[in-house]
Amino acid sequence: MEFWQNIPMLLVVFSLMSAAICSVLPGKVARVWLTAATGLACAASAFFLAKMLGFEGDYVYKMGEFGAPYGNELRCGRLEAVVALTFTSVLFLAVLGGAHRISTEVDPQRRPLFCTVSLLLQAALIAMTYTNDMFTGYVFIEITTIAACALICVKSRGRTMFAATRYMIMNLIGSGLFLFGLCMMYCLTGHLLFPQLKEQIALLAARGRYGVPLYTALILMGLGIAIKAGLYPFHTWIPNAYSSATPSAAAMLSSLVSKTYIFLLLKAVWRVFGPETFQPVGDVLFVFSMLGIVMGSVEAIFEHNVRRMVAWSSVAQIGYIFMALSLCTREGAAAAVFHIAAHSCAKSTLFLSAGRLVEVSGGKSDFRDLRGAGLRAPLAGAAFSVGAMSIVGIPVLGGFASKVFLVEAALQLSKWKCILMLAVLAVSVVLNVAYFLRTVLTLYRDPIASEAAAAKAPRAGAAFCVSMSALIGLSVALGVCGGTVMNWIRAGAALL
Amino acid sequence: MTKNNGFFQWIESGSQALDLEMQDSLRDPDEVEQEEAARELDDALMPAERKKRRSVFSALRAADTKRFNTIYRVLAVMLCAGLIAFMLFSVAQMPSFGNPDTLTHSELSSFYARNTIRDSGAANIICGIILDYRGFDTLGESHVLFIAVCTVMMLLRSPNDGEASELDAEDLREHYLEVRHDNILVMIARFVVPVLLVFGVYVVLNGHLSPGGGFSGGAILGGALLLYLFAYGYRRTERFMTIRTFRVVSCCALVSYSTLKCYHFYTGVNGIASIFRRGTYGTLFSGGMLLPLDIAVGLVVACTMYTFFTLFRKGDF
Repeated sequence: MEFWQNIPMLLVVFSLMSAAICSVLPGKVARVWLTAATGLACAASAFFLAKMLGFEGDYVYKMGEFGAPYGNELRCGRLEAVVALTFTSVLFLAVLGGAHRISTEVDPQRRPLFCTVSLLLQAALIAMTYTNDMFTGYVFIEITTIAACALICVKSRGRTMFAATRYMIMNLIGSGLFLFGLCMMYCLTGHLLFPQLKEQIALLAARGRYGVPLYTALILMGLGIAIKAGLYPFHTWIPNAYSSATPSAAAMLSSLVSKTYIFLLLKAVWRVFGPETFQPVGDVLFVFSMLGIVMGSVEAIFEHNVRRMVAWSSVAQIGYIFMALSLCTREGAAAAVFHIAAHSCAKSTLFLSAGRLVEVSGGKSDFRDLRGAGLRAPLAGAAFSVGAMSIVGIPVLGGFASKVFLVEAALQLSKWKCILMLAVLAVSVVLNVAYFLRTVLTLYRDPIASEAAAAKAPRAGAAFCVSMSALIGLSVALGVCGGTVMNWIRAGAALL
Repeated sequence: MTKNNGFFQWIESGSQALDLEMQDSLRDPDEVEQEEAARELDDALMPAERKKRRSVFSALRAADTKRFNTIYRVLAVMLCAGLIAFMLFSVAQMPSFGNPDTLTHSELSSFYARNTIRDSGAANIICGIILDYRGFDTLGESHVLFIAVCTVMMLLRSPNDGEASELDAEDLREHYLEVRHDNILVMIARFVVPVLLVFGVYVVLNGHLSPGGGFSGGAILGGALLLYLFAYGYRRTERFMTIRTFRVVSCCALVSYSTLKCYHFYTGVNGIASIFRRGTYGTLFSGGMLLPLDIAVGLVVACTMYTFFTLFRKGDF
């Protein structure tokens, strides 16, 4: 085995270690360490993807001397490498872009803990992306859940406590259901690693034995992940959690935490349950996700607080990803992964820039108070516009490419399902335009006597500018090179 | 017996009387005054028509809320009952526990039972599984404990301690009420704490040989520290255990744990011979890497237990 093939394992262990070290460092050093560690992880993931593109197929990485079915394993392929690169780079940019707000909104005592928690989140993201073991997935779900709670309540003002409590209750229910399903599955099959589980489940399904418990387990696991990711009827925690957290935390929560659960479910559908077995549960998720796409956008139209509006748009976007995933086709899986990447970039841009726009408008977050904010903070305004256009699906941006792939996936379906999906996509584009266009236009209207507020707002600093430019660049790159990236993803999805 | 007694009042009127009293006392008198003043001002400024509309509106809303609450409760109970029935139904169809034919008892268990001693050198099979075969899960699990403490620390430590401790009167009163030098407790602790500490160390060190291991041994050590704390008070324990100690100890334990595991994964997957050799079966050093791993886990767990408790004390720790 060549050395570069150890990178995923080394990244997980490195993130865990740097999290522990961060907890003893003084605040400023801890933040430098956090930036360096996330940046390094991002660079290493990029290097790994580059190596992986030159590597035929994928490989299994044993954690220790013993592989399946006795010990833990990772499985590394192009699909995982693309997702890991997305997660690490967005995490890095979210840390950079929210740095100036951390120093104003978070108590000095809590800052090192914020760094610790972010690094543990990074370890969990990488581990969940690469894992080939259901229980490892659950362990890192736990870490992600606690980390997300901590990230919400790191800012101790406003409604954060309320939002964090709600988030915690909903997410613990989700974890509990997932664990229950996992236990049932273990009782039925006697295995925890993906390949063995898949074998046994296929056997059980073929023999028709234990059908009820098997489907109960599938439902519980699917439902658990749906609650944790915030699929439509279980989305109630999203608006408060995303809008009251500090901008970097909001960016991490919306673009990383919920996505990593979905990616785990995607891997489980293909590598454990089998798409045919999962299809009935997938159909239910399909209905939920269509409801979510429409209702999330409608709620966003009625929302005036700009950060809550962006949060509601997340509800709709989660719907897109679940819709692609629940098709249970390879093309659908690839489209879901591409949408994860495109949406992660766009949504973190939106949250970070919205934080800045609110800041230069004297802390008012009603979108009607943001008049001229795009002129007062040009970079943040541009970033918000790009993010919004990407979500809406304007060509040359990531969101457009991902909509094209969603439509391609839809065209392979049976007639009525295809028409339904295309109709929902069309309606959602119109709704998205309705609320994003009015906000973007407001940003560039003549300001109303808020020059004083602009003068008071602290400077954003170089880190914010770098992060915003990089995120804009990523959205554009995903749009322009969408085909290339999609080819990598398809190559990975073919091995699912 | 008269019924004016607080207890009977409480029984008669549910818990409301007590609740109201508590709420009032919890609120800041200044705040209440300000609120009332603001409300009076509001009423005075509001035109009569609007005032009337508001009262009608709030009455309507109250009725709505009440109806909603009733429906909500009924639906919630029905949903829960349905879910419980569904889960019981599906669990009843699971393969029965202990049945030798079921898949759970097939290859994995027998493989572990036969090969753990050979593969990991642990006489305690559980220890071999959690620290060797499935060591990655346990690495994650230890960090779950760590992040839990970090989060509690974030929530419970008051923002301005670390500077000169500014405890308000209430906190000081609570500190005064803490038990200190209770004779019975001190006498018992004097005998029990050393025994517990030694036993905890024994359980940690023999994790791979006998039942126990890092998690249970660490819990015993943490319990011993807490007993010492109850008996002698914070001033004695703070001489050797502060938040700084906790951070340094758990950081060192976790970093060495991760390093060892990283080395283990790396040598295992690349087929390099590990420098941690398996010794003679049944001796202290028979487990190779398991002993240092157990010690690291034990330290993390002991610190976590102790810190969780002390964080709930007000003021600095």
